[in-house]
Amino acid sequence: MDLKQRQASEVASKVLNKEDLFILDVRNEEAYGDWKIEGESVTSINVPYFDLIDGVEDLLPELPKDKEILVVCAKEGSSVFVGEELIEAGIENVSYLSGGMKAWSEYLEPVKVGDLPGGALYQFVRIGKGCLSYLVESNGEAAVVDATRMIENYTTFAENKGLTIKATMDTHLHADHISGGKALADQVNGTYYLPEEDAGEVTFPFTALKEGNNVTIGEVTIEPIYSPGHTIGSTSLMINDAYLLTGDILFVESIGRPDLAGKAEDWVLDLRTTLYNRYKEMAGELVVLPAHFSKMAELGETGVVSAKLEELYEKNEGLHVEEEAEFRRMVTENLPPQPNAYQEIRETNMGKITPDEETRREMEIGPNRCAVN
Amino acid sequence: MIKTDHILDAKGLACPMPIVKTKKTMKDLEAGVVLEVQATDKGSKADIKAWADKVGHHYLGTVEEGEILKHYLRKASDSEVESEKNHPNIISNDDLETKLADENITIVDVREPAEYVFSHLPNAISIPLGEMENRMSELSSDKQIYVICRTGTRSDLAAQQLADSGYDVINVVPGMSEWAGPTTSSL
Repeated sequence: MDLKQRQASEVASKVLNKEDLFILDVRNEEAYGDWKIEGESVTSINVPYFDLIDGVEDLLPELPKDKEILVVCAKEGSSVFVGEELIEAGIENVSYLSGGMKAWSEYLEPVKVGDLPGGALYQFVRIGKGCLSYLVESNGEAAVVDATRMIENYTTFAENKGLTIKATMDTHLHADHISGGKALADQVNGTYYLPEEDAGEVTFPFTALKEGNNVTIGEVTIEPIYSPGHTIGSTSLMINDAYLLTGDILFVESIGRPDLAGKAEDWVLDLRTTLYNRYKEMAGELVVLPAHFSKMAELGETGVVSAKLEELYEKNEGLHVEEEAEFRRMVTENLPPQPNAYQEIRETNMGKITPDEETRREMEIGPNRCAVN
Repeated sequence: MIKTDHILDAKGLACPMPIVKTKKTMKDLEAGVVLEVQATDKGSKADIKAWADKVGHHYLGTVEEGEILKHYLRKASDSEVESEKNHPNIISNDDLETKLADENITIVDVREPAEYVFSHLPNAISIPLGEMENRMSELSSDKQIYVICRTGTRSDLAAQQLADSGYDVINVVPGMSEWAGPTTSSL
């Protein structure tokens, strides 16, 4: 048997469809501890490739006999090396992840959320990093919200469906991933929207994303709603009174945290007002669509990450903290570590620095850490 | 430029080759020598450190020069930790720490240059064990000399050499491996 190559898309579809998947991750233990391929149906073990240079004999008893073994590393070189060793040792069903965790980090799976007049709403699941972006289409026009830097995903999708991307929007200035909003807008001659309050240091022209300035895509209306707290400019987007894109303010199983720009103390009250007043006054039927998920369990049957607003007011613990002091503690203390390179990511998104492609990749490697769990 | 015994060129090689080559090279080296591994694969830094820690070699540090990463490793030997110390006058790390400001002492670090540059006592001077015989005259015999290495073994040998030549010398035990006091780097 030869070593098989698996694309990130194949692995993603196994994870989303909850098919059995056995992974031998050969990165170093620290990298594995930091982030890995996860999913309900995924079993993974970690043995660094440098422990396997002289042979894989000691490892053989740990491997399942009747399953495909997917070997994963950072870029792919070491997984090919170990995969070939396994085949030499007589293991039959061995594959490796093409492009390694780098490709995994960049893969986007488009899933349909629901229909809209003249079109539909799609969620692009960046499964390896937990980022969610959106594409609204109606009557041949499209808007992309919270685009990742892998903008060819949206342009290819639009081309295949014969759509013209008219607008791109960021719900806030991102610190956990590099935005593709500006680059995508430039490429398609569209308009790039960003909340003004977050854009004080932005070096390129943009259009303010603010309440009162609705954006029309075909028959669909996108209505900005000022909802500060994660950042001072954080703005939610209501789509046709049916969907609420909450950015990094409200997630399915948790709430946003306000400290990414070092402003935890200042923004706590804004966050509380948004979550406990502003959103509460909105229709419970609204389908909440966040910019992140933190656990694979948040992905629903079709792979969509969403929940009705009224359900979140029942189940999401972050919305049930009665005492303001307790809320303040929760969102300012015991926070997970900052995302890798978050300062540089913010500066990139402001246009202050322009790292090369490889550096951008490196800056984004690792897990997403935006939510309070 | 850090002086080392051996240089391995792994530039342009992608993972896993930098570690495969490092492992092979280390196998053929004598215990105690320092290897400089030159690589361009950014991932090699975390991996080489993790590998060295696991197999017991000493990862000394990495210096980045443009695109090139220079990793410094010292090959371990089993005998180093357990070996007998022969020089009778010794001092503990803690006791040495109280003497750091004493102007009547000289602290001599006898580890390899690459070990010294990444981390050493602020006022220690570097004379590697192998050079001690030739450079002994640099030391003033008016001062009490404290010799330090990683675990007290190399400094024990240096202390014996110095004592034979009439110096008042004290060996620091265990030495840098458990040093909790101030350090500095010469990078």
